[in-house]
Amino acid sequence: MKYFLRKFMALILTMFLVSIFTFAAFNVIPGDPAELILGTEATPESIAALRASLGLNQSLPQRYLKWFGGLLHGNMGTSLQYSQPVSSLLASRLPVTACLAGMALILIIALSFPAGILAAKWHGSWAGRLLDSITMLNLTLPGFFVGVLFIWIFGIILHCFTPGEYVDYRQNFGGFLRYLIFPAIAVALPNIASTAKFLRTSILAEKGSDYVRTARSKGVSEDIVLCRHILKNAAVPAITLLGMTVAGVFSGSIIVEQVFSLPGVGRLLISAVSSRDFPLLESLVVYIAFLVSIANFLADMLMRAVDPRMKEKA
Amino acid sequence: MKKKFRSHDERRFQLYFGIVLTAIVLLLAVVGIFYAPYDPYAMNSVQRFQPPSLLHLFGTDQFGRDNFSRAMTGARYSLLVAAATVALSGSVGITIGLFIGYEGGAAEAVVMRLTDALASFPGVLLALVAVTAFGGGRYTIIPALAIAFLPSYIRIARSGAKQCRNREFIEAECASDISTGRILFKHILPNIVPSVVPALVIGFSNAILAESGMSYLGLGIQPPIPSWGRMLAEGQAYLLKAPWESLSAGFMIFLTVLGFHNLGDGLSK
Repeated sequence: MKYFLRKFMALILTMFLVSIFTFAAFNVIPGDPAELILGTEATPESIAALRASLGLNQSLPQRYLKWFGGLLHGNMGTSLQYSQPVSSLLASRLPVTACLAGMALILIIALSFPAGILAAKWHGSWAGRLLDSITMLNLTLPGFFVGVLFIWIFGIILHCFTPGEYVDYRQNFGGFLRYLIFPAIAVALPNIASTAKFLRTSILAEKGSDYVRTARSKGVSEDIVLCRHILKNAAVPAITLLGMTVAGVFSGSIIVEQVFSLPGVGRLLISAVSSRDFPLLESLVVYIAFLVSIANFLADMLMRAVDPRMKEKA
Repeated sequence: MKKKFRSHDERRFQLYFGIVLTAIVLLLAVVGIFYAPYDPYAMNSVQRFQPPSLLHLFGTDQFGRDNFSRAMTGARYSLLVAAATVALSGSVGITIGLFIGYEGGAAEAVVMRLTDALASFPGVLLALVAVTAFGGGRYTIIPALAIAFLPSYIRIARSGAKQCRNREFIEAECASDISTGRILFKHILPNIVPSVVPALVIGFSNAILAESGMSYLGLGIQPPIPSWGRMLAEGQAYLLKAPWESLSAGFMIFLTVLGFHNLGDGLSK
């Protein structure tokens, strides 16, 4: 419980710092949002009026408190470019990114563990080396290149899907999920590789432990030693890594959404950057960073639930 | 860090493989300064969308420009941006990490909390924020990416400095009144070089990935200067008709990242 409180306080502190970072980054940027909205032909009076209505004439701390307070109440401000509340823009884009990230996470969990375990089991043989090479390949292939390769191979040459023919989730959910398969693989691959590599190292490090020798000398078969004894210990750090993978999945989907023209949060973000839509950008960035911090926190908690030794240490 | 489980031969193979690949890429970039088969900026409407041939190794793009010459010039810019990014984030991150690891106390606690907050942003997101703050482009992308790589260097240098802090030779220097800066850079830094150098090399491959990602999004190196990420994005529109531009640019990124990644792995203990 003490541990939970300490971690929870750390989470709150991190989220607070993240919001200050973001606010500061967007408020020291040269360029007045009011001038940006009204264009070059605006009169000084209209700029002053808009500044007042946007609250730009208040001091920085005042504006921060107002913005952060609004954020806590779910009021994320209004986008300059779309003239819509950020929350409604986010609500229409979030399902796409959530499905993409969810599918990628399922793939990562389902594939990285077998890949890591087999790589450790076959360590030293040609099969292990082959698996290591595949992992290295996935680790170094950038997600956006994998995406373009998929479009070329599966879309254009093999006709598995029609590139650019995005299916809206409100009209045809099955078709939508089918369209997301290749983007999800593109997001997942580098993360599968890094988790598998980590798990492999972690399993091999446990192989020399005393308990492994004891189990072996009892006559327990190699496979059971690996799955029952070693994996329990080696999986714990891998869970922490999975928590961090959430950040990687978000990073990946920002770019992969662009590759496959998916109308998700990532594309909203890029369009906000290109049009310098600060209110939208500010809220999106904080929102994503919060999600990632919470995922890391949950991974920490899960790790503690899985590993009773952590309780004794604390 | 845990013991790595690689035989000596495997490590040597990775090292040599990495050296060969990085040498090829570096050679292309350096030769590109003095010589390219064609002018990378020269448009030629007759030569549009030529498939790869002996005349045009990687084919030509929608303006009839030679993809291979553009890839060579792109190599120079990508490598320079990545090198500057690693130099900036490495020097700042290592200095901060050494200092807080050695001093400990409140400074360490505060900086580590800030570092954790920074690290909780997904890398691309952080770079996007920084690009918005500094404006996109060839030079502004460098500090934008450097910020995203800062936490990893702070952590490595800090843990190295912490391990060194209580060793006898450092205590001896403390006692003989040598300045902190001198202890950090003359005595602690050389001791953590074995863990820092591979991290810098792998950081270089990550910087190439990040730069080409940002250029792909149109926020990094700006046209008409060729960059691999931008070539990949521009070629995407013509995948059906002429996939060579995208494929060759992607292949160059892959080759470079693979090379530096293996080099870094091969150098690490």
